[in-house]
Amino acid sequence: MSLSDVAQGESLFALAPLVILFPILGLLINMSVGRRLGERFVGALASLAVAAAFGVAVLQFVGLQGQLEGATIHVADWITVGDLAIPWGLKIDTLSVTMMLMVTGVSTLIHVYAIGYMHTDVRLQGEPARFTRFFVYFNLFVAAMMVLVTANNYGMMFVGWEGVGLCSYLLIGFWFEKGKDGIGNAVAGKKAFVVNRIGDFGFMLAIFLVYTAFGTLQFDEVFRKAEVAGPALQGVITAITLFLLLGAAGKSAQLPLFVWLPDAMAGPTPVSALIHAATMVTAGIYMIARNSVLFALAPFSANTVAVVGAVTALFAATIAVAQFDIKKVLAYSTISQLGYMIAAVGMGAYVAGMFHLLTNAFFKALLFLSAGSVIQGIEHGHHHVAGHAGGGHAQEFDPQDMRNMGGLRSRMKVTFGVYLVATLAISGIPPLAGFFSKDEILTDAMHAHFGLYLLLALAGFLTAFYMFRQVWMVFGGEPRSEAAAHARENPPVMTIPLIALAVLAILGGGLNLPGVHTLTEWLGHTLEHVHTTPFELSISGISTVVAVLAIGIAWRLYGRRATGSEASEPLRRLLGPVFVGMEHKWWVDELYDFLIVRPYRGLGNLLVLGEGEAEAGNEIWERWVHRGLIGGGYRLFSQFLANAVDLKIIDDLANNLGRSLQALSANLRRTQTGYVRNYAFVVFAGAVVILAYMILQYR
Amino acid sequence: MDLLTLVVFFPVVGALAILFVREEQKNAIRWLAMVSSLVTLGLAVLVLFRFDASNPDLQMVVRVPWIEVGGFRISYQLGVDGLSILLLLLTALLTPISILSTWSAVEEGVKNFMIFFLLLETGMLGVFLALDLFLFYIFWEFSLVPMYFLIGLYGGPRRIYAAIKFFLYTMAGSILMLLAILWLGTTGHTFSLPGLIANTDIPLNIQLWLFLAFAAAFAIKVPMWPLHSWLPDAHVEAPTAGSVILAGVLLKMGSYGFLRFNLSLFPEAAIRLAPWIAAVAVIGIIYGAIVSFAQTDIKKLVAFSSVSHMGFVMLGLFALNGQGLQGGLLQMVNHGLSTGALFLIVGMIYERRHTREMSEFGGLWKIMPVYAVLALIVTLSSMALPGLNGFVGEFTILLGSFGSQVLGTYLFAAIAALGVILAAVYMLTMYQKMFLGPVGHEENKGLRDIRMREVITLLPLVVFIFWIGLYPKPFFDLMGPSVDKLAQTLQAAAVAMR
Repeated sequence: MSLSDVAQGESLFALAPLVILFPILGLLINMSVGRRLGERFVGALASLAVAAAFGVAVLQFVGLQGQLEGATIHVADWITVGDLAIPWGLKIDTLSVTMMLMVTGVSTLIHVYAIGYMHTDVRLQGEPARFTRFFVYFNLFVAAMMVLVTANNYGMMFVGWEGVGLCSYLLIGFWFEKGKDGIGNAVAGKKAFVVNRIGDFGFMLAIFLVYTAFGTLQFDEVFRKAEVAGPALQGVITAITLFLLLGAAGKSAQLPLFVWLPDAMAGPTPVSALIHAATMVTAGIYMIARNSVLFALAPFSANTVAVVGAVTALFAATIAVAQFDIKKVLAYSTISQLGYMIAAVGMGAYVAGMFHLLTNAFFKALLFLSAGSVIQGIEHGHHHVAGHAGGGHAQEFDPQDMRNMGGLRSRMKVTFGVYLVATLAISGIPPLAGFFSKDEILTDAMHAHFGLYLLLALAGFLTAFYMFRQVWMVFGGEPRSEAAAHARENPPVMTIPLIALAVLAILGGGLNLPGVHTLTEWLGHTLEHVHTTPFELSISGISTVVAVLAIGIAWRLYGRRATGSEASEPLRRLLGPVFVGMEHKWWVDELYDFLIVRPYRGLGNLLVLGEGEAEAGNEIWERWVHRGLIGGGYRLFSQFLANAVDLKIIDDLANNLGRSLQALSANLRRTQTGYVRNYAFVVFAGAVVILAYMILQYR
Repeated sequence: MDLLTLVVFFPVVGALAILFVREEQKNAIRWLAMVSSLVTLGLAVLVLFRFDASNPDLQMVVRVPWIEVGGFRISYQLGVDGLSILLLLLTALLTPISILSTWSAVEEGVKNFMIFFLLLETGMLGVFLALDLFLFYIFWEFSLVPMYFLIGLYGGPRRIYAAIKFFLYTMAGSILMLLAILWLGTTGHTFSLPGLIANTDIPLNIQLWLFLAFAAAFAIKVPMWPLHSWLPDAHVEAPTAGSVILAGVLLKMGSYGFLRFNLSLFPEAAIRLAPWIAAVAVIGIIYGAIVSFAQTDIKKLVAFSSVSHMGFVMLGLFALNGQGLQGGLLQMVNHGLSTGALFLIVGMIYERRHTREMSEFGGLWKIMPVYAVLALIVTLSSMALPGLNGFVGEFTILLGSFGSQVLGTYLFAAIAALGVILAAVYMLTMYQKMFLGPVGHEENKGLRDIRMREVITLLPLVVFIFWIGLYPKPFFDLMGPSVDKLAQTLQAAAVAMR
């Protein structure tokens, strides 16, 4: 490597902050003038801003070629208090640049898609003016995500971490006046934020522990010190990593904090694709990978991570099997796939985890976007039919219910084609992307613990099953509703990004082919202890057979016959109560509601009773502190005065005074201004007496 | 005349000028009040320019002997340092904003209102700048009176009750502080704070009593749980501008009192009592958050959120280390900005609909988008979203108290951090009830979005919300040296006590 190469790398790295600034610039322009310049401008500008960020990411990639160990860019000081210094500082290395490329790349495609999708959506919802706002949020999300992945310290990472959470909140509740009872979407957004905050609570405690243990929040320094201290600090490192896991469980929707993600589907479909499938939800995996040094020093935590991931993978897959909402299936599928990645990083297979993160971004984004295409196709059909019928009927029609679909393969050819590609990819059929990445995880699981392997393999079986169940319910058979019969394909602005993602979903496996291990080598420059996972024919053979078997069963159950009403769901008969459990998501939401939400609300109401309305007379502070302590004290004082003055000299007068004072004290509510003067007078009188006493004494 | 005296008493000049304007000339009175508060702000900024941030000591000190009777030596003494400069600026900033917010809200008795308001500003500025304990006490009590009248004359239906409660609670605490001040002044032969710090070496058992006497006044003002009962009533009944000042500045007088007097004068007692105060602060954080969540009246919700937020401030201060103190001090400013803005926001909708019941609203974003976006930013600031001001304060406080030697356990910070979750619960619930969902009430459909004047009242606060959130360095730099000096004193005292 020559010196000029280094210089070039350095100068390219200096551009890194632009990866955050371009999207911010985009949203600022759109915020100020977007409304006036129209949809085309807004959509194009937002997409260009993200594409420019992608360009910056590519430049970082180029820069890294000459300087693989990466660099740190100090932008400005942020929080500097005493010996604590948290800067706005960027870490450019192979791990962060991988995330940058993926996030900005996929974001660009989804931005373009969203131009078409939101054009229709805002009109269907009757709010065309909200188009601009969508792209402002979308750009903001990309900026926040870039802050998250480029941060060189825990503090700044947390800014991005909660920043993406904010965007998620805003975009889930984008149609904030819609959903169940008109408030359902807003409630879903709030749920996402609050559940994420529980995870963030863990993240914060981890940060505090890091700072107390290492005296810094800079990644590099923390990891260096941790490696030096090693086993001496194992206790605290275990605590740190477990709290980090809580954070990751929130953001990446793992047990027990996964409950927000299915509800998050209330957001427009491009949001589900970008934030709740491809990018934001993988932040937990990225964060654990970033902290690989710490997890390597805390085997207990790492094992916990692996178990949480594997159990989530299977648990979520069982729920996905029994859903009828096209997006809910994909949501639980996402949780399940995230479980794979979490399991992988827990086993120390960081490259496999990151590999699956990348391939999942391709095919999961593709699945959601095509689902969006399906939904809009159906909605178009529904409007077409409703228009012919004179409108005013079937308000309850659910364009996302797969039971209303069927037969779309011939009406939405492109969508069907790409959907099939994505489904094959996620099912792990060779040679598509998902096959290679999932296979790496399974191989590592086999070497780590057979139990993990079993959980993940079972989840793999279910994945292939529920995905093909979906494909046949949506695209197979005959249309089961008028809307489906009149569905139509969407314009190229939507289908071209789909095709691009389909190509990635097919070729994505090439990132880390067995024997070549491009990604392993690449990430090895940042992550320590990476290993190349050998390709084992037995394992990949078994998983392929399992997937094909699952597809076969799905075909037998759904492919050969039209599934119309709920009653004819073949699994309901086959599985009985188990299906009911899966259909009801194992009642986790109900459980949390019973254990946490209701008691908390009850506690709040109880305490408010204590505060009380001042007129209600049932209040604790009011009665004991205010009336009891202060009022009572004053009453005693006034009685004392009355008795002291009452030396049988001015008997009547004193009695009257005492009585009237008592009457006044009896109820503070009916106080009048004169009353305060009494108080103030007594108080000041006392002060004057004391003052006089002191002056006399000290003279 | 020296600059600090000018800053403190300039509002009185404005008040005097208003005396000579006829009651009917409302706009003239308003402008006069506005201009004098803006000049005061200008003078405060001038103080900032003359302020040497690298100097930890008191600056621009003016001292004039005032009352000298025997052992009593009371002086008129003002000064500013890193502990007070930000609160001085906060007060000077919030006053014109509050005055602007009354433009159409106060129509009756404008003259008295503005006079009270300007007198109040003098009282508050005096509290933050006074260095003589007796002078401090006078300003402290003096600030009570105009606020009493602002609530009692211009408040809601139960204003008399609320005003009296406010007055009595505060008085009850102040009297104990007065006793302690008198004790200090007579034994130390001076009421001057620097003099007392330098000359006195009070034994621990007496320190504890004195500490508690001061704490009684300050804890009620903050207010710390369980002495908060006056706050919701005062807030709910106070006019908007009164609430803004009450939350924005008056509460800070309590926490500032702890910082300036309790920690400087009684360091050993502070160290001894710190875990107890931290425990009460943490209870306040959680308690305030839970009670906020259950409110139906938006103003009460914000009032109880203050109990929670001020709990954070107190926790930070009594971590007794650099981060805790700086975080606590910054959080005082943050709370003044965010909660001040929240009360302005409540006032704007109250002016339109004359109700504060959240169930009367819903879907306001659709009708009043500008208002909704500004409210969202303030809401997020209040729930400490990273990148906005609240986070910088709370994070620093939690970090400081987590590693505090004096507190000796992670538990306080860990439980307090739960308050961050709960803050999201009550703030987002509030936002949802007010702004999201469909427009449920017919009478809300015709509401007008906020006017330019209203945007202008909020804009400076929003600017600071972002500034402190993204680049708090200048603010930390202003307070840093003074706080570090105090932290070192406390550190030395803690070491000596071991």
